[in-house]
Amino acid sequence: MSALARTRSVALAVAWRSIHNAFSNKAILLPSLLFPLFFFIAFAGGLSGIRNAPDFDYRSGYTTFQFAFICIQASAFGGVFTGFAIAADFEFGFARRLLLAAPNRAGIVIGYMLSAMVRAVFVLTVVFCAGLVSGMRVDGSLGHLLGLLALALAVSATATLWAAGIAMRLRTMQAGPVMQMPVFIALFLAPVFVPLHLVAGWVHDVARYNPFTALLEAARGFMAGEPTKIGLSAACLAALFALTVLWARGGLRSAERAG
Amino acid sequence: MSEERGIDVQGLVREFKGGVRAVDGIDLHVDAGEIYGFLGPNGAGKSTTVKVLTTLLPPSAGQATVAGHDVAREGAKVRAAIGVALQDVALDPMLTGREHMRLQGGLQGIPRAERGKRGDELLERVGLTDAADRKSKTYSGGMKRRLDLALALLHNPRILFLDEPTTGLDVQSRTALWEEVERLARQEGTTVFLTTQYLEEADVLADRVGIIDRGTIVAEGTPAQLKAQVAKPTVELVPRDSGQCAAAGAALEPFGELISARQAGSIAVRLDSGADQLAAIVRALDQADIAFANLALHEPTLDDVFLAKTGRSLEGAADGPGDGEVPPAPGRSRGEPAVTTS
Amino acid sequence: MTALVHSAWPAQVGLLSGRAIKRILRNPAQMIFPIAFPLVLLAVNAAGLDAATRLPGFPTASYLDFALAVPFMQGALFAALNGGQDLARDIEGGFLDRLAMTPIGGAALLAGQLGGALFMGLVSAILYLVVGIAFGAGIASGAGGALVLVLLALAISFAFACFGTFVALRAGTGEAVQGFFPLFFVLLFLSSAFFPRDLIEQEWFRIIATYNPVSYMVEGIRSLVISGWDGQALAQAFAIAAIATVGFLALSARALRTRLVRT
Ligand SMILES: Nc1ncnc2c1ncn2[C@@H]1O[C@H](COP(=O)(O)OP(=O)(O)OP(=O)(O)O)[C@@H](O)[C@H]1O
Ligand SMILES: [Mg+2]
Repeated sequence: MSALARTRSVALAVAWRSIHNAFSNKAILLPSLLFPLFFFIAFAGGLSGIRNAPDFDYRSGYTTFQFAFICIQASAFGGVFTGFAIAADFEFGFARRLLLAAPNRAGIVIGYMLSAMVRAVFVLTVVFCAGLVSGMRVDGSLGHLLGLLALALAVSATATLWAAGIAMRLRTMQAGPVMQMPVFIALFLAPVFVPLHLVAGWVHDVARYNPFTALLEAARGFMAGEPTKIGLSAACLAALFALTVLWARGGLRSAERAG
Repeated sequence: MSEERGIDVQGLVREFKGGVRAVDGIDLHVDAGEIYGFLGPNGAGKSTTVKVLTTLLPPSAGQATVAGHDVAREGAKVRAAIGVALQDVALDPMLTGREHMRLQGGLQGIPRAERGKRGDELLERVGLTDAADRKSKTYSGGMKRRLDLALALLHNPRILFLDEPTTGLDVQSRTALWEEVERLARQEGTTVFLTTQYLEEADVLADRVGIIDRGTIVAEGTPAQLKAQVAKPTVELVPRDSGQCAAAGAALEPFGELISARQAGSIAVRLDSGADQLAAIVRALDQADIAFANLALHEPTLDDVFLAKTGRSLEGAADGPGDGEVPPAPGRSRGEPAVTTS
Repeated sequence: MTALVHSAWPAQVGLLSGRAIKRILRNPAQMIFPIAFPLVLLAVNAAGLDAATRLPGFPTASYLDFALAVPFMQGALFAALNGGQDLARDIEGGFLDRLAMTPIGGAALLAGQLGGALFMGLVSAILYLVVGIAFGAGIASGAGGALVLVLLALAISFAFACFGTFVALRAGTGEAVQGFFPLFFVLLFLSSAFFPRDLIEQEWFRIIATYNPVSYMVEGIRSLVISGWDGQALAQAFAIAAIATVGFLALSARALRTRLVRT
């Protein structure tokens, strides 16, 4: 078998197992599904009053405004949750089996990444349906929605690589917050509740340079049928992906050194 | 051919953070199709050696080739050639036995069509067919070990590493595993590198034994060679009347060197020649009119070898130096009490 | 024998709490994130939701004052999460079984576990108070109010920790506990923690927030910050914490019994 085919075989095996576990263990799947759903409900429902603030100018409604955020957030957190599973694998020794069996260990990380993306598609579908049921306006076309999906999947892959890099370095489930917090903070240093120009103080200054701001604006543009910031988003994602690939590779090396 | 299945280790060192030299410069060679027993007490460095040879840990210094590939530089090639069952089983509690086999098949790149059949075959061989569709978290310790072993064998490895494979197995499973290991080596030419704390296991199963203590190999050879090197058979006698000890000693003196016996009230002698002197000894005792309660002939064991090389008995050796007088562990399989030869 | 076990009770709790606290202190990363995170979120929300103070009827001119109650709630949640995860690790690693083999009673086992969470709740509450004041929040009820605030935060920590313990005992895996945490976090979001109840536009949300006990915990703390002494708000907050404690403690005790029987 060629090296590429072997890597693919490993990736598929790891992805299969990770997806299988996620879907057969409610305790793993439910939080990663309910979490974005609840955030969607909480933000779209609880904070919608803020659209009455002067200068709030998103036209497709507050539910749509928040759905775009939830897409990005759910994808990012799906990746982080996958990182938890990786850390658990290392803590309980199962990762040794993977390390021993896989000729090309990059395949292991790719497998986890694939499983995160599959889970993201599932979660986004559910959240989207929930939005439709609650009367969310979708002004974007099918093409726009596919654009949004591509954006979300890229976020999912990047977040998985990020979390995997930590999971493989620290190899304990206690590393959970270390994976989660920075993603959380980066997400919330973007215009989550209101458009960028309504964000006040130092957060406004940070948000202007936060790549998640571009991703959010692109996602909201897709939902409103007025695509915007696509080039910038793609560039940000490409850069983040490249960085997290290096980060995860370093993590893999670290795991290999520790046996 | 032998290159492809052999193990060659030179000056191997593995040092952990904090300066623990778990493996401290070992040399060893394992031939194709050989069963190599790696014997040592707790903390001797057995598992660390296995991890280095199986590419789970990089060596700190030295060289090791497995299946003709350098473990530090050609990890992927080494991994393709070997099967490994580590001391701690590496199983996913949420997957069933059959799912484990399927996963392993994917990891090893076994063609999809063969995965199911080969997996079922192995589950059958380790006696897990009935439990194949249960999650591994419901398995007993022994079942987990057997599943772990089956996973190690799935891709027909040329070299098999087993780290304390029989610890925690009942007598029946242990015998079955020994038979399987023998079959693999004799019929399929698989090279087996096996660590153990059990003297009997090394003795019975291994073609050659390496004894490791505190990171260094203290003796190596076939079990017979090792035993012949360090010790001759001993005879231990318990006179019926303890007042006759001195007389018994005098009667035994011509047969060899008197040595200190384990029990008070008994006499031990290391025979100059072989066990065939036993009849002469009995005659000599008869002539001296010494009745005895018990007379035992002890062939040397690997424990004697260990004792001779390290000054400690293997049982309890992990506890520290200098306690050669440790009584045999209760329930261990060797029939005779240990004989002190120091 | 029973008498002996009972007399050793405080010592056992002390021993187990000591272990729980040591575990926290030996892993500083465990402390830094839980403590820093709510402060970051407070700062971020103070900026992100600042526009809300421009809505007519908003109770204060500073979103920082309005939202200062939230870190106390999050501190309590983190303390609970942490305790739950430590317990789950004990279960997964078999340590709980080992404890169960000792004469330590189930109640002492639970109390010891909760002691760690209480410690963490106290440390974080004091810190939030200090940092909040340093960044310009005013405590309308004064110094006495600040003390009551810390006490209320502790009561809430304890209630949440009982929940964390319950999940750990029921699910028995750290991943499950960690998975539950965001969900619990969202309970906070479905309350009046971020928006005054009477300004919530969606009626169904307003109803949820009204029935969500967390709203009253938040409003109890908030009353001390933005409006001074408000007996009703305080009584509600303390009462809810007490009820939650009793309920989850009972569930934990039952879960513990099941777990020790099962494994
Ligand atoms: N990851 C590690 N970090 C530090 N020291 C280690 C590590 N792993 C093993 N050691 C140390 O290396 C030495 C050898 O350990 P190893 O596990 O190889 O022993 P072993 O012969 O397999 O023992 P056992 O029979 O108990 O399995 C021990 O002193 C152990 O404490
Ligand atoms: Mg070992």
